Parts: sequence; structure tokens; C-alpha cells
Amino acid sequence: MDTLILVIIGLVAGPVIGGLVAGLDRRVTAWFQSRQGPPIMQAFYDVAKLLGKEKMVVNQWQILCAWVYLIAAAVSVALFFAQGDLLVIFFVQAVGAVFLVMGAMSAKSPYSQVGAQRELMQILAYEPVLILVFVGIYLVTGSFSISSVWELEQPLLAKMPLLYLALGYALTIKLRKSPFDFSTSHHGHQELVKGVLTEYSGPYLALVEIAHWYETVLVLGLCALFWSTNVFWMAALLIGTYALEILVDNTMARMTWRWMLKRVWLLGMGMSVVNLIWLYAG
Amino acid sequence: MFGSFIKKSRAKSPWIMHFDCGSCNGCDIEVLACLTPLYDVERFGIINVGNPKHADVLLVTGTVNHRNKKVLKNIYDQMPEPKAVIAIGACGNTGGVFRDAYNVVGGVDKVIPVDVYVPGCPAKPEAIIDGVVVGLGKFAQKVEEAE
Repeated sequence: MDTLILVIIGLVAGPVIGGLVAGLDRRVTAWFQSRQGPPIMQAFYDVAKLLGKEKMVVNQWQILCAWVYLIAAAVSVALFFAQGDLLVIFFVQAVGAVFLVMGAMSAKSPYSQVGAQRELMQILAYEPVLILVFVGIYLVTGSFSISSVWELEQPLLAKMPLLYLALGYALTIKLRKSPFDFSTSHHGHQELVKGVLTEYSGPYLALVEIAHWYETVLVLGLCALFWSTNVFWMAALLIGTYALEILVDNTMARMTWRWMLKRVWLLGMGMSVVNLIWLYAG
Repeated sequence: MFGSFIKKSRAKSPWIMHFDCGSCNGCDIEVLACLTPLYDVERFGIINVGNPKHADVLLVTGTVNHRNKKVLKNIYDQMPEPKAVIAIGACGNTGGVFRDAYNVVGGVDKVIPVDVYVPGCPAKPEAIIDGVVVGLGKFAQKVEEAE
């Protein structure tokens, strides 16, 4: 029964928190650029407006892909809140990510195609890092279940600092922020228009947006696991991480996928492996 | 309740798309000036998108000619309803000083229905923001009538 309540909390809280984070993000970005910026509720207005627009699709595949992406993201957040298994969460969110790419691939538009290829590269870069983080959690707690993390006496961060840094890469890629925003450029008038999102419009774009909120919450949730012993420090860690994310987003230019693969595989996975060896041997 | 929130949101999140039908760039830089920190239209939820499939409001600058009228029509058709069109500057409104040229069709309204005309050569950023606000009122009205 408790699990069911947790699942419902996850399903409801996911988009609410994700939307607020997106609104705050735009506010802080505007502050960096000495502007006022939109209201914090702006992300909700955008999605509500998109839901009320005409349904225009290039083909029927896109409808299915948008829904599967949303459902996979929602289920992974629900599983996270229900203290589920990290590996199951990982596979469910990977299914969602792949369906987003398939939706983009189903349209012939070159922007959508190139965006899809780049999104695949991004998936290729962050998925191994996520898996290594989960392996690290397994080495510390002896289980892939989230509930075992809450039973720890000492925060995970003390044992997995390098893995947290590597997770930072995955967070930046997953949030599609600079320097890794090349599959869906921030601003729609750049070289790629909107990449994978180019061919989604109206209500289906809204579904993709809500799914993105869920994913934001999921990755921030993974970050939260690193300081599970103290609520105050957990909040501080999350706020600090996201603030750094916004700073990096605003100070970096977009890079190429080759640069990303080199960075994330060499540095990110290098740090992860060093940390894992330390956990295993120490 | 959700329906009224959607209705309210339309006016709060107009995504604009800017199409240049061969303008002299005067009106275009004024449109882009709206996005700078001085005018900061993003505080009204306005985003400049590059994709007609995401846009709510189409801003058109410049005189329409026989070459680009098909492109303009195509872009307009790709925008999902509800949508609004705003013609900017003397050229967009009527064809301006080029209206008698052999290759010129005339104003934007010769090709697609226009909701708001923003005068000026070039149009001032304040006038463009004003035009977008009036345009939002118009498309809210259109949606009410359709229902």
C-alpha cells in the first residue's frame, strides 16, 4: 500500500518539481544576462498552450513515440519514488530515450535526422556513466535497490566522490545543456533548429516536454541519493549541483559530439573506474 | 478548469517565428532588438523559435515577391492552429516603396491572412511588442468564435 502511495506521489510530484525547476532555470539564466526573465510558472504556461494547439503530425509513429517517451520517463520516476531497483529504472528510462530518437528518425526532415543521430551519441555517452554509478552504489550497499541506500550511515558522496563528478556529466547531457546541447539546441533559430524536437508539434511537443521534466527529476533524484543521510545537506547538494549546471550552461559554447565522447568516455568513465577500483580494493 | 488554464496560457506563452520576405534588414534587426535585455520580451513568455511547427505568431517583414510567396504560404500552412500573423513595417503592410516593382506582389495580406499591421520604416521594437499583444487578443477571439 505504501508503495502505491509513493508511486502516486512520484507521478504527481515529478512534473510539478520538473516544471518549477525549468522555470527557475530560465529565471536564473535571465539574471545572468541582466534581464528580468519569464515568470517561474512559464514552463507550465508553455505546456498548457501546446496541449491546446492543433494536432499536427508528420506520421503516426510520432504519436506513439511521444507517448512511450512520456510513459517510460514517468514509470522510471514512479519506480524511483517507490524505492525500486536501480537497474530496472535504468532500462526503463533507456527505452524512453530510444523511442524519442525513433520518433525523430521517422520524419524525413534533415534537422530531425541529424538531431536524432546526435541524440544517439549523447545516449551512448551518458548511459555507461549511469551504469557505472549504479555499480558503485552496488559495491557500497551490496544491493541495486534504492531502499538500501537510505539505510546507509554515511553518505554515498564520501565513498563515491569521483562517481558524483562523472554523474555531473550525465546530468548535463541528460538535461541537454551546453556544452552538450547539440541534439536540441536551446534556441530554436540555431544551426539545428530544434534537432530531435523539430518535427514534434503542439500536444506531442508538450508530451515530450513533460517527459523531460520527469527525466530532470529522475537525474536530480540520483544526485540526491549521494547525501541520503541528511535532508538539509541533500537539498544543499542538489541546489549546488543545479546552480553549477546553470553556470556551466551559460558560460560554455556548444561542442561537437566527438568532443563530448572524448571528454565523457576518458574523463567521466576514467574517474568512475578509478572510484570503482578504490571501492573494490579498499 | 484545465480548459480555462489552457486559454489563459495562450496569451502568456506566444512563441514567435520571424520570416523575412526580402526586407532591407531594418525591421529584422528591430525584431531581434526586442529579444535583447533592453526590451527582454522573454519576460512575457515570448520565445523566438526557428520552426513554424512550434510557432504561434508569425512575424513577417519585407515585401512579398513572386519568388518567396510560395515559401511564405508554406510556412504559414505548417503552423498549427491557433495562430496569428503580424505584418511588420511599411513593406510588409503594403509593399512600401517597392510596391510598383515588376517582381513585387505587394503586402503580406496578398498571400496569407494578416491579423495585425505594425507600421513604421523600420517599425520600432515597442510597436512590434504592441503588435504581438494585439495579435494575441485577436487569436484568443478567433478561438472563442471557433468554439
